[in-house]
Amino acid sequence: MTINIDKIREDFPILKKEVYRKPLVYFDNAATTQKPTCVVDTIVKGYYDCNANIHRGVHFLSQQATEAHEAARKTVQQFIHAQHAHEIVFTRGTTEAINLVAHSFGISQCSDDDEIIITQMEHHSNIVPWQLLQSIRNIRLRIIPFDEKGVLQVNQLESLINEKTKLIAVSHVSNALGTTNPIKEIARIAHNHDIPVLVDGAQSTPHISIDVQDLDVDFFAFSGHKIYGPTGIGVLYGKEKWLEKIPPYQGGGEMIHKVTFEKTTFNELPFKFEAGTPDYIGSTALATALDYVSNIGIENIAQHEHELLHYATEKLSQIDGMRFIGEAESKSGLISFLVGNIHPYDLGTILDKLGIAVRTGHHCAEPVMQAFNIEGTVRASFAMYNTKEEIDILVAGIERAAKMFRR
Amino acid sequence: MTIEEKQDQIISEFEFLEDWLDKYQLIIDKGMSNKGIDEEYKTEEYLIEGCQSKVWVHAEYKNGFVFYQGESNTDIAGGIVSMLVDILTAHTPTEILDADLYFIDRIGLKEHLSPTRSNGMLAMVKQMRMYALAFKSQYED
Ligand SMILES: Cc1ncc(COP(=O)(O)O)c(C=O)c1O
Repeated sequence: MTINIDKIREDFPILKKEVYRKPLVYFDNAATTQKPTCVVDTIVKGYYDCNANIHRGVHFLSQQATEAHEAARKTVQQFIHAQHAHEIVFTRGTTEAINLVAHSFGISQCSDDDEIIITQMEHHSNIVPWQLLQSIRNIRLRIIPFDEKGVLQVNQLESLINEKTKLIAVSHVSNALGTTNPIKEIARIAHNHDIPVLVDGAQSTPHISIDVQDLDVDFFAFSGHKIYGPTGIGVLYGKEKWLEKIPPYQGGGEMIHKVTFEKTTFNELPFKFEAGTPDYIGSTALATALDYVSNIGIENIAQHEHELLHYATEKLSQIDGMRFIGEAESKSGLISFLVGNIHPYDLGTILDKLGIAVRTGHHCAEPVMQAFNIEGTVRASFAMYNTKEEIDILVAGIERAAKMFRR
Repeated sequence: MTIEEKQDQIISEFEFLEDWLDKYQLIIDKGMSNKGIDEEYKTEEYLIEGCQSKVWVHAEYKNGFVFYQGESNTDIAGGIVSMLVDILTAHTPTEILDADLYFIDRIGLKEHLSPTRSNGMLAMVKQMRMYALAFKSQYED
């Protein structure tokens, strides 16, 4: 089945916007996606029609809001094919989800001198939480490198594993390179050594069908706003056995079973990890976004975006001085590049004036830039509503901009 | 020329450019005619860290006047720093400190003055004023 892009674009009012009197071409989807009307409607309806604090109220509205929040959990469960709804913890986003694991898993499962394996292509949000853990547990980070094409050297994983390895934390899709990593294979290797795996799914969930059971990962994090949902809501999936094993991250209301000044017992999963009033409006709107994606079909979206990626790669490669950063066979959703010696900031500024939104800089993945010995790249990242015509506009824009610089 | 006259001249160059790209082309061209900064000042110490572009600025005080040098690793920030250098160079610290840099707004670069903008224009202006202030207190007070 092919998808009807014109019809989809109708659902995203912002795409009709003009910037600097040019039609907006939005290629910054890896940073955040635009929202369909149904998601915004859910937020509005939530506040106008179904707003009351959840879980605690005996009254009608509270029960209605609670049901919506818990139904959203089920939607997420089904979307990523988790075994249980209570394996879904709502967080503020990927960053908070990884920090939760780094803290709760870190302090309960790691001792001084233990090791955590990450990769050379991680977003800062899968590097810094582990460095913060180092102030509590003196752990060491081991790094799986990537090659000159940006392909992860999974064959080096075995040699990095030893009896001190406690966790392997990897991104599914790199936000700086676009590389899609072989998570299933990594999980298989890790589990042969009884080591759990955390996956940063921020850049994969919007583009690839996710089945956490099939991937057999122990933790999986993603952000709502990168998959057409609202900001401020995200998900940590954790296998039941791990979520049972690790302690709460924050303390407060809702996460407790019984509190006295001497001792507190904690609530059951997933509430143990949802201290305080959760973003129950956000969770419901995220569920609407996931339903929207499911209705169109994540496989259809993946195919469309793959065609865009292929088309863009071909067209961009015809530009003089084009250099792709990240040339893995298996890529998803985005292209990182440089043109001649033009600074990414210069190119991005001119493209902006042509109505084209791209991201420039290090993309919060400085080690990737260091590996290529560059300061940053220009990144065009795609969503289901992007078109080949927009890619043509990008290509023409780059050609136009390139003429302006002396470098 | 006074700081105002120099600004007015730049404004008149930009005035009839309707298209954003033409404006940016002129900014880039301004950078090209810039003499740049002496290699010895292209160091961490003289770096004004914008988020994405690097800009180096240095100033000297000679016979009561301030002489600036500036350069960037990007063409656009390079053009901006070069205009600032041209406008503020060869004036007294007091003139520089009293100057209202209205050309920024008038040529449509006001957005670049916001603290969150990535080329750090605000930081450039601030650093150049700092030099003037330092010279004033060192030599004139
Ligand atoms: C790979 C990756 N991980 C983590 C994040 C952080 O996501 P958030 O800011 O939504 O927590 C991002 C977002 O840019 C990302 O691309």
